Parts: sequence; C-alpha cells; structure tokens
Amino acid sequence: MAPLLRVSELQTYYFSFGGSRVVKAVDRVSFTLNEGETIGLVGESGCGKTTTCLSVVGLLPPAARIVGGSIEFAGEELTEKRPREMRRIRGRQIAMILQDPMASLNPLFSIYRQVAEPAYYHRAIRGRALRQRVQELLRAVRIPSPATRMREYPHQMSGGMRQRVVGAIAMAGGPKLIIADEPTTNLDVTIQAQYLDVLKDIQQESGVALIFVTHNLGIVAKMCDKMAVMYAGKILEQGAVRDLFRAPKHPYTRALLGAMPKLGSKEPLYAIPGQPPNLAQLGPGCAFRARCAHALPQCATRAPEDRPVAPHWTAKCWLVDERAKEEYVSAIA
Amino acid sequence: MSAPLLELQNLQKYFPVSTGVLLRRKIGWVKAVDGLDITIHPGETLGLIGESGCGKTTTSKLILLQETPTAGTIRFDGEDIAALEGQELMRYRREVQVVFQDPYSSLSPRMRVGDIIAEPLEIHTNLSRQELEHRVAEVLELVGLQPEVARLFPHEFSGGQRQRIAIARALATNTRLIVLDEPVSALDVSIRAQIMNQLEHLQQTLGVSYLFIGHDLATVAHISDRIAVMYLGQIVELADSLELCTKPLHPYTQALFSAALPSHPDQRHEKLAISGEVPSALDPPPGCRFHPRCPYAMPRCSREAPVRNEVAPQHTVACHLY
Repeated sequence: MAPLLRVSELQTYYFSFGGSRVVKAVDRVSFTLNEGETIGLVGESGCGKTTTCLSVVGLLPPAARIVGGSIEFAGEELTEKRPREMRRIRGRQIAMILQDPMASLNPLFSIYRQVAEPAYYHRAIRGRALRQRVQELLRAVRIPSPATRMREYPHQMSGGMRQRVVGAIAMAGGPKLIIADEPTTNLDVTIQAQYLDVLKDIQQESGVALIFVTHNLGIVAKMCDKMAVMYAGKILEQGAVRDLFRAPKHPYTRALLGAMPKLGSKEPLYAIPGQPPNLAQLGPGCAFRARCAHALPQCATRAPEDRPVAPHWTAKCWLVDERAKEEYVSAIA
Repeated sequence: MSAPLLELQNLQKYFPVSTGVLLRRKIGWVKAVDGLDITIHPGETLGLIGESGCGKTTTSKLILLQETPTAGTIRFDGEDIAALEGQELMRYRREVQVVFQDPYSSLSPRMRVGDIIAEPLEIHTNLSRQELEHRVAEVLELVGLQPEVARLFPHEFSGGQRQRIAIARALATNTRLIVLDEPVSALDVSIRAQIMNQLEHLQQTLGVSYLFIGHDLATVAHISDRIAVMYLGQIVELADSLELCTKPLHPYTQALFSAALPSHPDQRHEKLAISGEVPSALDPPPGCRFHPRCPYAMPRCSREAPVRNEVAPQHTVACHLY
C-alpha cells in the first residue's frame, strides 16, 4: 500500500538580503506516513520542525522557498500545486492545529461559525445538517452541551476548551492528515492529558493520520507510532518510537532522552553542552559534532548520510556505519 | 532538623472583586491563597506544584513582599517579616531573590549584563567599582559563563544563557533563598537539563534554599527534596519528593501523576480519572475544594473541609479518606 504522505529529500531554504544569505531550515528531509499513523517530529526550537510542516501545507512565509525534493500526498505532488489548488487541499485533506488557540480562533465569530466553515466550503453541508455536523464535531472533542456552547464566543471558553474547538475545526473538513504543531504547550498538565486522550479517540474513530510537532518526548512516548529527531534542519534519526526509546543509536537522540527528567528518579540529567548551531553558518560535517560526546575526526569534514540500523530505522551517524568505524579504529591503531 | 529558614503560617491573600465604574462595589473575593502552611529549611528545595490559577505565583509574590498578606505570617529566620523595617527589611530583600520564567522579559534590554548583575550589589552593598566588577565576574563563573560577557547586552544571548544571567543576578548578594518561578518552562529540552544541573550544583556549593514553582511533575520531582501540591489556594499534600512519587495519597496528586506524560512508550498509564477543569477561585466549592472533580467524593466532602493531617512521617495530606 502506498503511504498517505511521502516527503522525500525536501529542501526548504529561507532567503534574506536579496538572496545573499541562505538558511537551510529544512535540508533533505525524508519521511513517510501511512493512513491512521502518527509520527512525532522532535527537536529543539529552530531545528526546522515547523518549516517542514508549513512546506507540506503550502503556507511558507514569503522569504522561504522549497528548492528541492518532493511532497507526495495521496498520490499527488504537492510542491507543483498552484495556490488555488492548495486551498482546496488545505482543510479538506490536510488540516493544521497550531500552538496558541487564542490566536487561531477569531474572537468576533461564534464557535458555530468557525467550526462550520470548513464543513460548509469543503463538504458543502448546509442548513440543519450543518448544525448537526457542528454538534457532532463538538461532541467528538468532548465539549459538554454542544448545542449551547456552539453559540458562544472564544473568550467565553477556557484554554483547554478553545484548543478542543480548534481540534473540531481541523476535523470539520474531514481531513486524512492533521498536523498538530505543539498543540498542548500552553495547557495545564491535567488539561493536556485530557486533550491528548481526545485526539487519540478522534484518530481511532476517523483513522486520520497525525504529524505531531513537539519538543516534549513524553508526548511522543504517549501518542506516536514513529518519530523523527530533527537537528539543524536534518532528520538525524528516525524509526519506531519503541525502538528509539529502547536503544537510541544517534548520540543526539540518546542525549535528548538522557536530558528528560523521569518521575521517581533523582539521577543526574544528561546536559547536552553548548547551544544549537546557527543555521546560517553551518560548515561541512555533522551539525551536532560540537556538542557530541562521541565525535570522530571525520565528523568535522564529512556529513554522515542515512545509515540503516534495522528495517524502518535509520540514523545519520558515523558510529552506526561499521565500515567508517573500522576505518577509524585502524587509523588510530 | 534545623530551624526553618522560611516559615509560612496560615497565609492568606484575598483579592477584592469589584463592579461598577463610578460607584465601585465589592462583590466578592478571589481567595488566591487560603491558609498556606509551609516551611523551607536551609539548603533545601521545596517544590510547589499546581495548575495555573492555583495561587503559586501569588505565594511567591507574598514571599517577595510584592503583595501584603490578608492574614497569616511569614517568618524568615524566625522573625516576622511584616514587622521588619529599615536595615532589617533591606537584609531580607537582599537574602531573598527571584528568577522568573521568561528570561526575555526579565532582563532589561538596555543594560549590559554586568550592570544587570551589579544593580542589586549597588543597592545592598557599598563595594567599590573594582570590587563590584570582581564580584560580577565571580558569579558569572559560578553559573558557567565567561566573565568577559559582562560587557554584552542580553539580546546577544540565547534563552538558556539569559536564564543563567538571571540566576547570577539572584545569587550576587549572598542570597539564602531563591524563588524559582517556573525557571525552565520556557527553555528547550537540552538547555533545561543544563540549567537544572546548574541549580543543583549551586545549591550543593553555596547551601542556598530554593522554592521551585512549576507545573511539570517530572521536573519538580527531580529537583525538589519535598513537594507541596497546591489546589485552589490550598496545599492538599506535602511529602518527600520520592515518597510522593511512589505513594501519592490525595486524589488530586494521583490525578496529576496519571496526567504526567510517560518517560517510555511501554510505560502503562491508567486513564485520567478526573474530568473537568479547575473551578473559579472566586466561588470555590464548599467543603473540600476538590470534591466536584474527585472520583472518591463522599457526602461529607461537600460539607466539611478536610484538615491537613500527618499520615506518615513528614507526609501530610488534606483528605477525608485518610
């Protein structure tokens, strides 16, 4: 079965100062997503997670451009679509949930109007059926008494409720893929847990695929089937969540997991030294080498390519490459 | 056990709620903090955990003398701080410092890092220019920054480095208690671990006490010796951090643990038992404030407010179940 979404060798660059400064925000990123599957895009701020997602939905800011690679969604090539065609895909096929629900809801329109809009335009539902559809959607995201709540306005709802409304809007067009960009960052822990449970239920009922952008590995452990760890515009390691948590191969994945506080344990955390690099001044070699505890001499000169670790599991690291390792061992011997 | 450094006794802070433009009428009170009893010992970290609106930040403001309590006392070194004046008050303000959540708004963009750190020293000590510079360099090294960065401005630093600068400023005056109001929530994962290790290291070398306010259970549990769980202005449970993690007693604490994210995909989690959201502090439920959301609520819970009892050594919980 062909995957629902296949992103291959995607390159999205930001151009500034008339093209004299180029930032490779997304640098040859590849991943696939099947129907009903959830992938977690993990990484620190500025690593290109959001730019990857914006490339998929075609909402890049004016300074950014896709310069290479392809995005294949349900058999169609998205990078060649015109804005008009993309408008018909967004909302109907691919929906997005953003971080701040107050900023993604319009304070002047009632909840009903905002949830109804995608169903009205993309699914051509009208009249009483539309009202019923909105109530169904609000019930699916577990908003109590939807018939009365849908007449309210965003300011009358709490943060958790608002984010659920955003979820209902995302579902309204009946999409096959939802991209959730840090959807729970502004929510309290118990509200976050409730919201994640709601998203999971929605996914089980509708079979929608999810891309979860987050810096929180706990969310990935709870929600995702596979994960891709991004650093400085590249995916350094990707595979099944269980495999990566059990035996991470890339030093960065290992470091991220070691930096995560675990409940009931007082063991010192692994602090990754230094800062993420400036994307405008990346040299050759591996971008993580300056912070890596296992950097080899060749890491400074040659950037490692994707190496297979196991089926559906790759890592960009010389340590995974047996031949490079042997070369290194014989070089120091 | 040594004498407590900071002691809050039955601390209350009510904010009036008024209506009307010309004829302002009081229509009620928001009981932001309602009867808080906690102690912090020298060299100890007390974690304060709760959801937004539970009164964590009001508590920190009361300790920092940014708000005056409606009732109750705060004792520092055994002395009631409401009675402090002049030199004594200055000493309190010198020895109790704060680090805020967002290092992008807590550091003045117009001041050099050196001046930011030197400002409390200029107010509280009469060091010479040279001694000031020396002290600034010293605290910058303590938090793992180069002394040369004193000449730079905050915008030249990343979030993690700015938070280090904020910690350096808080440490500059030979501080004994630092209120850490969500100091790592705004930082990236890799930087978060750096700052937490740094804070632990500083405590070991300097013996400073922390009040660590947060909403992420794993983070607070990692750094704290004891944890106080706060709900709608009251402490519902207080225990040693490892004991709380292994044996949470109050239904709200249990709910917080089941809401915590797993640290491994294989970790099984019972589904969250509580529903709904935190009620408004303007009109808190009668009796136990948690009873409308509590899965074990009994008729008694809506009539009678539970008192915090010691159920195990150093483990107190306010619940009718125990």
